[in-house]
Amino acid sequence: MIKFSKQQLKIPQLMRPVYLVTAGQSKFDRAIPDKRTEELCIDALTMAAELVNMSPAQLKSYIHSCYYGHFADHFGDQLLGEAVIHDRLGLDPLGNIGIKTGGATGGSTLWEATKAVASGYSDCALAMGWERMDEVPTDEGNFLISCAADKDWESPLGHIYTGYYAVMAQRYWQIFGKAEDSFRRTLAEISVKHHGYARMNPFAQSPMKITVDDVLKSPVVAYPLRALDCCLMSVGAACAIICDEKTAEQICKNAPHKPLRIWVAAGSHTLRPADRRDMEIPLLPNETADQYKDLGERFPGGDRYPGFTGFLATRMSAYYGYRMAGITDPSEDLDVIELHDAFTISDMQSYEDLGIRPYGQGRDYVESGDCYHTNPKTGQPGKLPSNISGGLIGCMHAVGATGIMQTFEMASHIWNRWAEIHGEEKIWRKFGRPKPADWTDLQVKGAKRGLAISHAGVGSHVTSTILIDPDHLLKKDD
Amino acid sequence: MSMFGQVYVKNNRYKIKGNFHHLTPNIPIRNADDGWKLMGVTNPRDMTYIHAYGGEAPFFEALSQGKLLGTRCDNPDCEFQGTVYQPFRIHCMDCLGRNTIIDMTDAAQKNAVIHTFMVCERSGAFSLLDKPIKFINVEFEKVDTILMSYLSKGSPEIGMRVVPIFKKQSPTYTIMDLSWVPAGTEEDQLPEGFGF
Repeated sequence: MIKFSKQQLKIPQLMRPVYLVTAGQSKFDRAIPDKRTEELCIDALTMAAELVNMSPAQLKSYIHSCYYGHFADHFGDQLLGEAVIHDRLGLDPLGNIGIKTGGATGGSTLWEATKAVASGYSDCALAMGWERMDEVPTDEGNFLISCAADKDWESPLGHIYTGYYAVMAQRYWQIFGKAEDSFRRTLAEISVKHHGYARMNPFAQSPMKITVDDVLKSPVVAYPLRALDCCLMSVGAACAIICDEKTAEQICKNAPHKPLRIWVAAGSHTLRPADRRDMEIPLLPNETADQYKDLGERFPGGDRYPGFTGFLATRMSAYYGYRMAGITDPSEDLDVIELHDAFTISDMQSYEDLGIRPYGQGRDYVESGDCYHTNPKTGQPGKLPSNISGGLIGCMHAVGATGIMQTFEMASHIWNRWAEIHGEEKIWRKFGRPKPADWTDLQVKGAKRGLAISHAGVGSHVTSTILIDPDHLLKKDD
Repeated sequence: MSMFGQVYVKNNRYKIKGNFHHLTPNIPIRNADDGWKLMGVTNPRDMTYIHAYGGEAPFFEALSQGKLLGTRCDNPDCEFQGTVYQPFRIHCMDCLGRNTIIDMTDAAQKNAVIHTFMVCERSGAFSLLDKPIKFINVEFEKVDTILMSYLSKGSPEIGMRVVPIFKKQSPTYTIMDLSWVPAGTEEDQLPEGFGF
């Protein structure tokens, strides 16, 4: 049984308002043999400068400290890669630090940069993440990723991370999905949606027009998960510039968008799911203890929390993050979200951990059509569209960059710049990708608030990054 | 002639002999679409790591002897005294006291059931288990955690009673020396080298 102390449940507080002013990213792909990592990082930072109508040198002049997210040294075969990138970006002699929290590295990098600004250490910080996963064949890549499981107890069992998620998928499917074929089809819909949205994203690695049956007929990786249930292995970089209010105003002076308030909160849980002990469900502002009293009766076996069906780290990042930003109901208060869809099952699990649906009812978020840009059932805008970028399944999972890419995606909606960033012909041409004839503007109209989840391991580290238009805050600053 | 790297400990220091790495030259990577211009090089590397089990060594040694060891917090000052850990955990996660090692072999033979499972058709490089690998997570009565392992016989189902088997012949001294079979499996049906 896990118990938290009052001190541990204190809601984190930023010492001053913090803003995301701009962001950028490179092309994402399975392999980019014609570019070094530093070239991808420079692509990202140059894009961030262009979005605020500055030269890279002008934007760099504001940066005071740097936070570099790069998860897997063994993928890139370069220890202290942060120092290489920092040098190539021409940011010496500024202080910099590398951040590694597996799949959550991008979110954790934003977490560190935000805290640096909130504390007053820096008025402007660079959060830059990247990953280079093309320097080994795919099976060796899977081996390297499996090294992020416990190397004595789990990694030797197949050396494949999909397997560690598949046991969760099996349990979730049988307990909450009641082993129904319809549930399995709902999981497959997530993949169809994310590959489909990736078609409208020139940065995305895996645009595909597929059906549920295509997903269900794709090769089994680790039953019940199939190839199209799984995220991509990618190369690419993404960055964001995090500032205090005064600097944010200066940088956005000639920009077509305004700075966005940012909050980042983090949670953690055991690296080995095997070590998860039972506990009471930490409640989000839109939940009550009563609603889970009969969870085990409605879903026999579902009363073991977090068990293998929930992510405590996600729940805790939301527990802190929602209260920091004043979110009382994510479905009502948020307009757009980006979830860490490492696998279709983890996407589903996150709906519940984030309180978008109560535990046991995650499938309804997909089946209702609420998670779509345009609800396929009603033809109306989805209530809370998710992973318009294509997510990790359709866009990319260049690990250290992922959480930053997803945060940038949210910002592009809140800035009302999604069509400009994703639709311009020159971007498609630059990346050598044909723009689809049926390209569709996926701007979430009127978006003011967003949430991005960055998630590591089998839930070992998770961050919630919340962006809000400063004219649409949910609470006054403390 | 090369030999696998071997290690033993003497006076609390590693003593090594044999080859811990093998030299292979770099090979250029060229662009077939652009006049075979240079794009990069391969960086071959074959290394053997030296890894300490530390306080978990008794667990891995015991597998080769047909025993499943777990641990229990016996600290009377711990709020959660009595917590039983499987996977074997050296220290209590609450009080950080050193746990007591307990033999769970009998308990595992009597009350282990599959909590969840999956069947792995693909594996990463360096996997030594035959595919498909049937991952199972095993729960035990009065144990607070759920062990990850693999099933060697039969088709897994949630709630299935399983019993542990151990690679007592030519053990690898890794977690792969522990596997499981459905309760009632006969000894002559076990994989080579394994016994109850």
